[in-house]
Amino acid sequence: MDITFYFPPLADYVATFPMLVLAVAALLCVVVDIFYNDAKGVAILAGASLLVTLLFEAARLSLPPAKALYGMVYVGGTASLVNMTILFSGFLTVLIAQPYLKRLGRNYGEVYALLLVAVVGMMALGSAANLLTLFAGLETMSVCLYILTALVREKDGAIESALKYFLLGAFSTGFLLYGIALIYGATGTMDLSDFADRLASTNAGVMFWGGTALLLVGFFFKVSAVPFHMWTPDVYQGAPTPISGFMATASKTSAFAAMVLVLGRALPSAQWQTTVAIVALLSMVIGNFVALAQSNVKRMLAYSSIAHAGYVLTGIASATPEGYAGALYYLLVYTVMNVGAFGVLAYLEHDNRQGDTQTVDSLAGTGQRYPLLGVVMAVCLFSLLGFPPLAGFFGKVYVFGPAVKSGLAWLAVAGVLTSAVSAAYYLRVLYVMWMKPSPDDAVAPQFEGVPPLAAVALAGCAAFLLLLTFTPWVMDAAVAFFRDVPAAIVSLP
Amino acid sequence: MSHATALQLILLLPLSGAVVNGILPLFVPALRRQERLVGIVGTGVVAAAFAVALSLFLGYHGEPITHSFYRWMTAGDFAVDFAYRADQLSLLMTLIITGVGTLIHLYSTAYMHGDEGFWRFFAYLNLFIFAMLNLVLGNNLLVLFLGWEGVGLASYLLIGFWYAERKNSAAATKAFVVNRVGDFAFLVAMFLTFKYVGSLDFDAILGFARSATEVPAWVPWAVLLMFIGATGKSAQIPLFVWLPDAMAGPTPVSALIHAATMVTSGLYLLARMSPLVLMSPNVMLVIGVIGALTALMAATIALTQYDIKKVLAYSTVSQLGFMFMAAGSGAFYVAIFHVMTHAFFKACLFLGSGSVIHAMHGVEHDLYPHHDHDDAHGHDAHDDHSHAEPLYPLPYAGVFDAQDMRTMGGLGKYMPQTNLTFLLATAAIAGIPLFSGFFSKDEILFRAFEHGFNGHAYGYFVWIIGIVTALLTAFYMTRAYVLTFRGTERWPKPTEVKPHESPWQMTLPLWVLAVLSVVGGFIGLPHILIHKDSWLMRWLVGEHGVPVADSITNGVGVQAAAHGAEHGAAHAAHVPDAITWGLLLLGAAIAIGGVLWAWRVYSTHGLAFDVRLRDRWGAIYRRASEKWNWDEFYERTVHQPLLWFAEQLAIFDREVIDGAGVNGVAAGAGWWASFFRRLQTGYVQTYALAIVLGVVLVIALMLLV
Repeated sequence: MDITFYFPPLADYVATFPMLVLAVAALLCVVVDIFYNDAKGVAILAGASLLVTLLFEAARLSLPPAKALYGMVYVGGTASLVNMTILFSGFLTVLIAQPYLKRLGRNYGEVYALLLVAVVGMMALGSAANLLTLFAGLETMSVCLYILTALVREKDGAIESALKYFLLGAFSTGFLLYGIALIYGATGTMDLSDFADRLASTNAGVMFWGGTALLLVGFFFKVSAVPFHMWTPDVYQGAPTPISGFMATASKTSAFAAMVLVLGRALPSAQWQTTVAIVALLSMVIGNFVALAQSNVKRMLAYSSIAHAGYVLTGIASATPEGYAGALYYLLVYTVMNVGAFGVLAYLEHDNRQGDTQTVDSLAGTGQRYPLLGVVMAVCLFSLLGFPPLAGFFGKVYVFGPAVKSGLAWLAVAGVLTSAVSAAYYLRVLYVMWMKPSPDDAVAPQFEGVPPLAAVALAGCAAFLLLLTFTPWVMDAAVAFFRDVPAAIVSLP
Repeated sequence: MSHATALQLILLLPLSGAVVNGILPLFVPALRRQERLVGIVGTGVVAAAFAVALSLFLGYHGEPITHSFYRWMTAGDFAVDFAYRADQLSLLMTLIITGVGTLIHLYSTAYMHGDEGFWRFFAYLNLFIFAMLNLVLGNNLLVLFLGWEGVGLASYLLIGFWYAERKNSAAATKAFVVNRVGDFAFLVAMFLTFKYVGSLDFDAILGFARSATEVPAWVPWAVLLMFIGATGKSAQIPLFVWLPDAMAGPTPVSALIHAATMVTSGLYLLARMSPLVLMSPNVMLVIGVIGALTALMAATIALTQYDIKKVLAYSTVSQLGFMFMAAGSGAFYVAIFHVMTHAFFKACLFLGSGSVIHAMHGVEHDLYPHHDHDDAHGHDAHDDHSHAEPLYPLPYAGVFDAQDMRTMGGLGKYMPQTNLTFLLATAAIAGIPLFSGFFSKDEILFRAFEHGFNGHAYGYFVWIIGIVTALLTAFYMTRAYVLTFRGTERWPKPTEVKPHESPWQMTLPLWVLAVLSVVGGFIGLPHILIHKDSWLMRWLVGEHGVPVADSITNGVGVQAAAHGAEHGAAHAAHVPDAITWGLLLLGAAIAIGGVLWAWRVYSTHGLAFDVRLRDRWGAIYRRASEKWNWDEFYERTVHQPLLWFAEQLAIFDREVIDGAGVNGVAAGAGWWASFFRRLQTGYVQTYALAIVLGVVLVIALMLLV
């Protein structure tokens, strides 16, 4: 074997530039933190590297999808879109989390290092062209998230939730790995784009579809679909609030993207469509109904994220390019809405336990006193509810529409009905924030204002959701773009 | 400057004014008191838009300037752009809106001085201009409708501007609700149009109308529905009832929105759709007759009113009726002509009345010095004079009202400029020869007569009603002028308390408008005088009825559909010159006679003559002074039945929808929620068990289903 094999050509460095930059930045964060503890510079470094890679991915958004690193990852096109969503989430999280962590006295450099490494893992997962890349990305991401969950380790809830997350994560990863092994056994390849050929030439048996089933289990766990969702409320509640927002958005986006990539290969869809549809139904029903009964705001948002996983699965269950495009579009909108909502909660916390004990009622009157937070929350929650004409509404149109076209009208009907249920708990938050009188000034908790950069990030979330509203052509263009992308994936050799 | 940029500027300048005046002070309270800044921005943007519109107008070469800024929405084969169109018709309307608008903005800087909502007022006013420009410049029905609703919103906001008083917000609500009825009809008209034409673009609709060879059955219905929409916006029977109440808004609003611009949008719509209207002779009959009846009815009411703004309000309804008479006779350009002259003289009259009210508030302030004025113009000053106030005898029962003509009289001495401009505008609306109103009104009457002459008998009916109304108009306007500016002072202690002339910001617009009311008619001189078509007719109608079709040029009904411009004229008979001259002289005589008669009786008898009128006309006068009981009619036939019906529905809502439905579902949802919540034990073993069950489920589904 020629030794030069181990030095990839220059093109591969360019192709994987974002991951490389972020990995190096993560290492730098650790190094800088050793010398300057609690330094603002670390956050700036992390934010800047995320911004640079975000712009880099934006630049190759219009490129046709290609593979790099010996066919291990996709670059450009869909992959860029998924990566942008992840990077956007990471970037906003850094902006929002830095002042928050400083207030908690937890502004450690390794937080940013872990966050960056998690982003690298997510990008590998979301653009994997090979089951090995997929697994490596998934594990890289998960390990970082386990640690981040337990950031405030003195808090009993934090350790508990991190341990739960870890145990169940390991449990589900076992299924996933087993599934990969079975698929490899059945087809003799780990390359996603080879499956179609192998399936055509050999009869796909129980081994292959059993393997796919176990692979799906791994995905369902990561996207917290019912009945693999039970860790979600505990973990989101225990983690620092902005980190919960990050977990709820970026990790789900990458897992869903990987799911689209895998299921796009594992044709025929008739085999898995019913499974995904039923899991989607369960997620929407249970997520929305249980959210109704929550008094803790973070738990409520956690259940709502389970319901949203159901909406995205509805788009995927339609098994058409439009459905995949709708799912990816929904993820982008969902990311913005949730980062915004968790971000607002982060600045309205007053129990000093990362919202562990914070009930909806504690938000009384905050809308009046902190109009920026109130307005951002209103926009985000209305959008989560799918209220026209906010972006969340269009997101739902684009996941439910293809489902109806694929003969899953019952699923879309269930989705719309359960969305109506969700109005009850989203609007309750807004009602309490804006219409309930705040307690007396003496009792009312005072918050330090929102620092400028975080305020810009939060306002940016709201503005983005409105922007898609008032300029439908932006969305038309975006949807047209999304439409092309999965079609291109499907048609890959 | 490219045409697209010019269009953008015309639209976006007023919008930017609305944003700057409306949003910045919301967050920076210090700006709210910067009246000068707010006034300059508010007036400046409209003046700049006027300048741009003027440059477009002067450089216009006859080809419509259309520009699509971006695609607004698509759904199936339905697509709408934000597309705008500057042609002869929309440019003329734009000039009126921005020109008169500028003057009224300038006027408002003085009129609204000291009001707490000064900034809000200018933001709304700018918003109105923006919406109105969307209405006239839009190149499809939906953009027009956007403007149509936008002006409705601005009108609502401005009628209820002093919302603290219940009467004002009730008037605003009334205007809004009544307009909804018309808007609904307009919407259905749009649906029909889209269904059969397949597009809402003017080019497509009018192209369809011009290439049609017969009249499709849907066209009259669509036109009728559009006309119903117009009766709402342009205050015709049966939907006119909101306009008199709309006078609750500040007077500049009455001048701009409820006299000069917004209320004429129904006429603009009919003129824009004129080829379709001409294809529907039966609907034209309805339009003409409704216009005539409205004109007559409103004129009789105006004769009996004492509130100076109410006189002008009913006069506006009446004049709008004249415009619809023109539209009903197929003379759309004449309707637009009257829209323009009316914009000049009615704005001048309203602003003049505002100047008078301004002065009378000064009188009120001097008479009742302790009365605490919450706002500068004190429309809420009627409520409650504190018991410490001096009591003066008034010519009527009740408290001092600055808008009541019975407390005025003799103001001419104190307010020479307001007096003269009001007089000129009165001469114009009365139709004294050579003033602008004479030409436009006379052309309407002539065209109605001619329409009758051409075999549409209702033309004669419209003409007769028009003549009577013209006489009444001359009479009641002279009455208003004389009662206000002539005779003796009727407010208490006239030797001590004197009103004052208004500042230049208010008198300058008055003068500009007064001059325009005098000379504005010369662009539409009658054919008989100059032996060729007037400038306005050549500009709007041209040789082929583009952009505004005409019953003479294009014919009516099947003719309009089948032949169009080439043959239409051949069918129209020519009214003999002798008759034309006769009609012209009759119009002049009616106007002069009405003015002289009213001048003589009201100068001699003053208010006493109203009593004599009441005695002589008894029942009719009483009904007219009760506004022909339209409000009571609606109260009995619409309001109360609706309330009754709503109460019946409320039972169903309470018991079934709320009881079994909402609360039932909520209880069910709560039960399920707590059931599922109990599964969330918090033990990791339970969670793992759930995962295992999930694995079984997924594998079973994958392999067995």
